[in-house]
Amino acid sequence: MSVERIKAQGPDAVGGQSAPPPSIELPAIELKAISKSFGPVKANQNVDLKVLPGTIHGIIGENGAGKSTLMSILYGFYEADSGEILINGQTKKIHSSRDAISFGIGMVHQHFMLVETFTVLENVMLGAEGAPLLNKSSQTAREELLKLSKEYSLAVDPDAMTGDLPVGLQQRVEILKALYRGAEILILDEPTGVLTPQETDQLFKILDILRSRGVSIILITHKLQEIMAITDRVSVMRAGTMVSERETSATSKNELAELMVGRKVLLEVDKTDANPGEILLDAKNLSYREDGITKLDDVSLTLRAGEIVGIAGVSGNGQTELLAALSGICPLQTGSIDIGSVQITPHALKNPKEFRELSVGHVPEDRHRMGMVTAFNAQETAIMGFHEDPAYNGKILMDNKAVQEHCTRLMQDYDVRPEDPKLKSANFSGGNQQKLVLAREMDRRPEVLLVGQPTRGVDIGAIEFIHKNLIAMRDAGSAILVVSVELEEIMSLSDRILVMFEGRIVGEVAGKDADARQLGLLMGNAGTQSKSSEQQNNNNTTHSEEISA
Amino acid sequence: MDDFLLLLLSTLDSTLRVSAPLVLCAMAGIFSERSGIIDISLEGKLLGSAFAAAAVAAVSGSAFVGLGAAIITSILMALLHGFACITHRGNQVVSGLAINILASGLTVTLGGAWFHKGGQTPTLSGDARFSPITLPGADFLSEIPILGSIYVELISGHNLLVYIAFLAVPVTWWVLYKTRFGLRLRAVGENPQAVDTAGISVTFLRYRSVIIAGILCGIAGAYLSTGQNAAFGKEMSAGQGYIALAAMIFGKWKPVPGLLACMLFGFLDAMAVRLQGVAIPGIGEIPVQFMQALPYVLTVILLAGFIGKAIAPKAIGRPYVKER
Repeated sequence: MSVERIKAQGPDAVGGQSAPPPSIELPAIELKAISKSFGPVKANQNVDLKVLPGTIHGIIGENGAGKSTLMSILYGFYEADSGEILINGQTKKIHSSRDAISFGIGMVHQHFMLVETFTVLENVMLGAEGAPLLNKSSQTAREELLKLSKEYSLAVDPDAMTGDLPVGLQQRVEILKALYRGAEILILDEPTGVLTPQETDQLFKILDILRSRGVSIILITHKLQEIMAITDRVSVMRAGTMVSERETSATSKNELAELMVGRKVLLEVDKTDANPGEILLDAKNLSYREDGITKLDDVSLTLRAGEIVGIAGVSGNGQTELLAALSGICPLQTGSIDIGSVQITPHALKNPKEFRELSVGHVPEDRHRMGMVTAFNAQETAIMGFHEDPAYNGKILMDNKAVQEHCTRLMQDYDVRPEDPKLKSANFSGGNQQKLVLAREMDRRPEVLLVGQPTRGVDIGAIEFIHKNLIAMRDAGSAILVVSVELEEIMSLSDRILVMFEGRIVGEVAGKDADARQLGLLMGNAGTQSKSSEQQNNNNTTHSEEISA
Repeated sequence: MDDFLLLLLSTLDSTLRVSAPLVLCAMAGIFSERSGIIDISLEGKLLGSAFAAAAVAAVSGSAFVGLGAAIITSILMALLHGFACITHRGNQVVSGLAINILASGLTVTLGGAWFHKGGQTPTLSGDARFSPITLPGADFLSEIPILGSIYVELISGHNLLVYIAFLAVPVTWWVLYKTRFGLRLRAVGENPQAVDTAGISVTFLRYRSVIIAGILCGIAGAYLSTGQNAAFGKEMSAGQGYIALAAMIFGKWKPVPGLLACMLFGFLDAMAVRLQGVAIPGIGEIPVQFMQALPYVLTVILLAGFIGKAIAPKAIGRPYVKER
């Protein structure tokens, strides 16, 4: 429908001009001076936004910049304190999601709003069933669903159990859900956070098709390359305000990064060549099986002093298990690990605490599940795992004062904000939580540091800081292993890159010579991906619970 | 042979009688828990409504007025539970326990104050009770061997509420799986956010679910005091609400398996009565206490080891808070 409208409004509508500037078209969505506060926190202040029909409009900003709040207001999850919403030029009051849906707005949330025990069809129908009895309405819904899947090339089996589908397909169900409700405006909140690179490509293809059918899309993200890849226009938010709007073709990653953070940001990591020294960790022939599935298959690797080794791979290909084996969390089943003069074998196991004593630091992939207890306050998080250190203990009770002083110092050294050791860990932003965990592990100057997903859910400003610190630690002579699903991060940090596929190391590339295409081929083992995308499903469900205020 | 058939039929017959309130409570539990609200207050609602039914039936002389009072009482208790758990996001187990304790204390206190019989209500008779219904054709069909006896002994001759109890199972199944309300109810117990973002009120949906649970428990309570028995007695629910809860979990929150679980427990109970004082060859006489304990022992064993993992509705027990 909106396609027709655009055509109808074509050149004639603007009179003499041959190529009308797009701003003359009536925006599909216009937000005027939206403000919203949660208690003392001003999540949105006087935010304006215009989204033109049939375009993809990116909204970029750091975590906590107010993107999600703004979209929640548009989708009726919250009501704005003040401001106006215009849809296709008409002022609308949106009190609830039901209103938003009736005005043709659909939203794909960062955490999917799907019932995992329902079939795809049931999920699509939920809330839009029509009649009180399901028999007839499910028949019409099925037909409509199949029609939509065909029209937008969104193939999915209506009778599949939703929870069994890979993440990419679940997202497809969310998109179908919105289309089924007649959405002409689609909001996607951080849609690629849980996707593999392949699934991301797939999603972008879908968005492209939707755009060509006249759907207006709002894409919320904090990833610059996505904005550059798919959007037509981009708005930048910072600290609850809209700082600027650009034509995507007329801007650059560097400019956007600077607008987001409010100062110049180095996107490239600045580092000198590595100067590898002695071998600090030598793992030989590690294999690991769990529930009959081989997770690690004869993996050998060495870490030398003064180098960063990166593990590239689609998540779920054994990286998690490798970190677990090297940090003592999974007991070895075969093979051996030499750390300094100590050898760990299946007959001479060490627990994670003993690994720490051998000077192995570990920053887990999932900080909420393994890196911290979110209900603990910052100072407790800051000593977790080292809490038996006499420095923090009196004769019987813990020495809270010492703990607090230690935490305060870490917060100063690692720029953790707010600098409040008594604040609950959950109340820090993702980047600051990560900095706190990194601080805890790095401050001990471990000889070997294992880091999983160093910057997952972390703001650009904090990413720069974390990368700089990792390089500094390398230069001070530590051996660092980095596991990350962000290929760019692996390429810019690592001196050597190992590629994992289905539990094996399938390739090694020097960091300097690395090339994304070549790595991508190794990561997919230039072959089938079905199994790994299924594992991906399990591994990624808990990640990235970013704090968005 | 005939004796054996009759013995079997009469055991099954009492199985139906014993399991009727369990079935009603289990279905109530399914409605509440599939919507995400833990309902250990089944026991309290059962007891409270049993008292209300007997008390009102004694005063009014009508079993149906008693039934109405039982349902209203039980709905009020369900609303109290809903107010604590849905509106105020309280702990659902604590709220349920509170209701159970309230019912146990209040029934005895009010009963003592109103009827002066130490917590008991006056014995009911005539229209103040639900009496057995002889189904049409029972006389005629009794001539037919076996099938006739099954019809007469087993199927016919229960009171109205027993039939309602067993009818509640297909109705529950139909509502859950074949109606829009059921689809939404199941969704809200798994992922309330999905329901909220679909533009449906989580609160209203959950309130309706607990109210239905209240109605079903009310019928079960009326059955206890005005159908199965002829008066309310102190603590007469005797843990049947909990047994129903166990049966519902045993049945994995599904109506038909839940029914079968209730009937298994009912059968054990009936057997316990039947085997009292009977000497079994090779074993001798089984102590009464052992047979009485058997359903409970079996519940523990079955729940602990045999049914495997009972997968509860995902959002059960978690108050819904709009995330920001």
